[in-house]
Amino acid sequence: MKVDTVGAPRRTQRRPAATPAPPPSSSPRRAGLRRRIADNLVGHLFLAAGVLAFALFSWYPIVRGFLLSFQQVNFAEPATWVGLDNFQRLFDDPLFLTAWRNTLWFTALALVFGFAAPFVTAVVLNELRHGRAYLRMTVYLPVMLPPIVTVLLWRWFYDPGPGLFNHALGILHLPPQQWLESENLSMLSLVLVSTWANMGTTTLIYLAALQGVPGELYEAAQLDGASIRQRLWHVTIPQMRFILLITLLLQVIGTMQVFIEPFVLTGGGPNDATVTVLLLLYRYAFVYNDFGLASAMSTVLFVVLGAFAALYLRLTRSKG
Amino acid sequence: MGSNRIRRASAVALAAATAFAATACSSGGSGSGDAGGVVTISVNGLPPATQTVDRKNFEDDVKAFEASHPNIRIDAHEGMMDPKTFAAKLAGGQLEDVYYVYFTDPAGLIQRHQAADITPYLKDVPALADVKPALQDVFKGKDGKVYGLPTGNYSMGLVYNRELFTKAGLDPDEPPTTWDEVRTAAQKITALGDGTVGYADFSKNNQGGWHLTSWIYSLGGDVATRDDSGKWKATLDSDAAHKALQHLHDMRWTDDSMGSRQLLEIPDVQKMMGAGKLGMYLAGPDNIPTIVKQFERKYDEYGLAAMPGTATLGGGDGFMFNPKDAPAKIKAGLAWVQWKYLNPDRQEEIDQKSAGSDIPIGLPQPDLFDGRSGETVKAVHAKYANVPQQNYRPFTDRSADVQVKVEPPNAQQIYTVLDGVMQAVLTKQDANADELLKDAQKKVDTILATAQ
Repeated sequence: MKVDTVGAPRRTQRRPAATPAPPPSSSPRRAGLRRRIADNLVGHLFLAAGVLAFALFSWYPIVRGFLLSFQQVNFAEPATWVGLDNFQRLFDDPLFLTAWRNTLWFTALALVFGFAAPFVTAVVLNELRHGRAYLRMTVYLPVMLPPIVTVLLWRWFYDPGPGLFNHALGILHLPPQQWLESENLSMLSLVLVSTWANMGTTTLIYLAALQGVPGELYEAAQLDGASIRQRLWHVTIPQMRFILLITLLLQVIGTMQVFIEPFVLTGGGPNDATVTVLLLLYRYAFVYNDFGLASAMSTVLFVVLGAFAALYLRLTRSKG
Repeated sequence: MGSNRIRRASAVALAAATAFAATACSSGGSGSGDAGGVVTISVNGLPPATQTVDRKNFEDDVKAFEASHPNIRIDAHEGMMDPKTFAAKLAGGQLEDVYYVYFTDPAGLIQRHQAADITPYLKDVPALADVKPALQDVFKGKDGKVYGLPTGNYSMGLVYNRELFTKAGLDPDEPPTTWDEVRTAAQKITALGDGTVGYADFSKNNQGGWHLTSWIYSLGGDVATRDDSGKWKATLDSDAAHKALQHLHDMRWTDDSMGSRQLLEIPDVQKMMGAGKLGMYLAGPDNIPTIVKQFERKYDEYGLAAMPGTATLGGGDGFMFNPKDAPAKIKAGLAWVQWKYLNPDRQEEIDQKSAGSDIPIGLPQPDLFDGRSGETVKAVHAKYANVPQQNYRPFTDRSADVQVKVEPPNAQQIYTVLDGVMQAVLTKQDANADELLKDAQKKVDTILATAQ
């Protein structure tokens, strides 16, 4: 009934006013529906393929992971509901807090280096008159390397024996450093790897945003006698405020999921100084085979990252 | 019209592809079904195509087994135990009917009911009579039932570079038998210079914990013991553990004989040994062929000594059975494992076939059997040996004096804790051993609270 009510005025609108209304037969309506389906068949099927892929590989695992966090499973027998036991065990694990503390420390360091470095690089590249394309490519090049290659390359840089960095320090008559073996330096070393590997994309985003800043604003500032620093502070940064905020949030979301660097370079050491949330989650799932505990950890991470993602969506919507 | 046809054709193709993907994702099952009394079982352990000789031997074995067991068909898969895919394969019905495990796996798999109980079918496995009881115990649950069969074993020893020993003025036929001797030898080897490291040890990805456990065993200690009520308690705050940390600390910081690069794991240390830059490290006999093959070295260059001290950690591998298997598949799987891996009567044929290839014959381990089977295997190995067995005499001669202990319960979790201890000692000169061990004791007690 509802379909009829909605469908009738539409048909009426399409037809000229003088044309008599069609008889109340359902066959033309069905034919119209069939035609509409046939016309959009390809679109629907393309959509169905995407929906199916997302459902199978994203949505279903998310829902299943959430359910697993309240279950004890062995995948051979039906799962047992255990209420909040997995979360209780998770919060009782002394490494839980260590992992969060380390992850937040990594995120903070990554913001200092990973947020500032691409911005400064983009500003410098934007000011260059020559060789900009070459340097832009050079900055972006590490992004094209597979992450594992990047990490293994840096492992050699950090080698306390024949490694590049200690060799360079030796030339400068400075003492060698335990880049990965020292509790104080290891996290910073991981941040440097991550920054080097990922700053290319952010730099290009900033560079595009910088080129969108109206030139007359700089001219006006220059006429008012503003220095380079003042132009940067009062023109560039305010004009790029939105893009800076968005990349900041994306960076927080990205860096809180750090895994490859500690997994390959330090294994969480020395003395748990680089155990991150995802590394601990990996251990729960694939070393201890405790998928309930791993799912509880991923649920906690999901809630935290979800909060940042919600903030991101809110910001992008309000801007839109 | 033409474009309409193309759109429709692409729509049909897309629909077919989508349906295929959906079907592929939902398909599963552990091996083929039975037909006409023939049972097909999936097994893993098939060597990869890059290992041509091993793979050919495996495929020949499958043919020979199927010829002698006309009612069983083998569907061989590549790969061994991979904890990263195990649960997914089990959940998706893709786990092999007969699957490979390391000795660290059975306790957890039994506890989580992820392996079939094979106790009722063991009467059909007469070869078990001569398999060392300690190795069989690894596959026994708390309920006394049996969930798998051991097919290989090792005990940790000291792998050393004989050439570096000679260069450093040490006798390669008289390697260290105590940790003090290891320390002295490591100093002499390090003194050769040119980046040579006397002794190296692991401290990453649970391998540091695994080796620290061996250290503690060797110095007369334990990581965990069971009290009269059956409860497990950590025993890390012990003399043996303190001594182990002190030895490691002294070699790393006082003597500087362990190199400056730490957070090492197996491939790092094997690479050092393969490059001729390392004197000694703890490993089972199976490490020697890996180094020889991977780094194109010669067997003559390496020696194997027994673990310094009085005890060592033993491990190994074996096969367990899919918990969803029907009895017919379990029986067929047992027949396969017994025929291929627990069959002293085939040893002569295997060794004869392997003697001309690069498959090593004559390493001191695996050493699965006691009694008549053990004697048969040893005699055949001696006959066809293609590795310098005299280089392993320091290992075999002392093996009776070195007690072999199994890994603690919840081994991987305990190793995670001990990894931290190992890392602290090797990366912090002022690491406080007392605090480290007291803290580890608490953490391991928490882990053991869930142990069976």
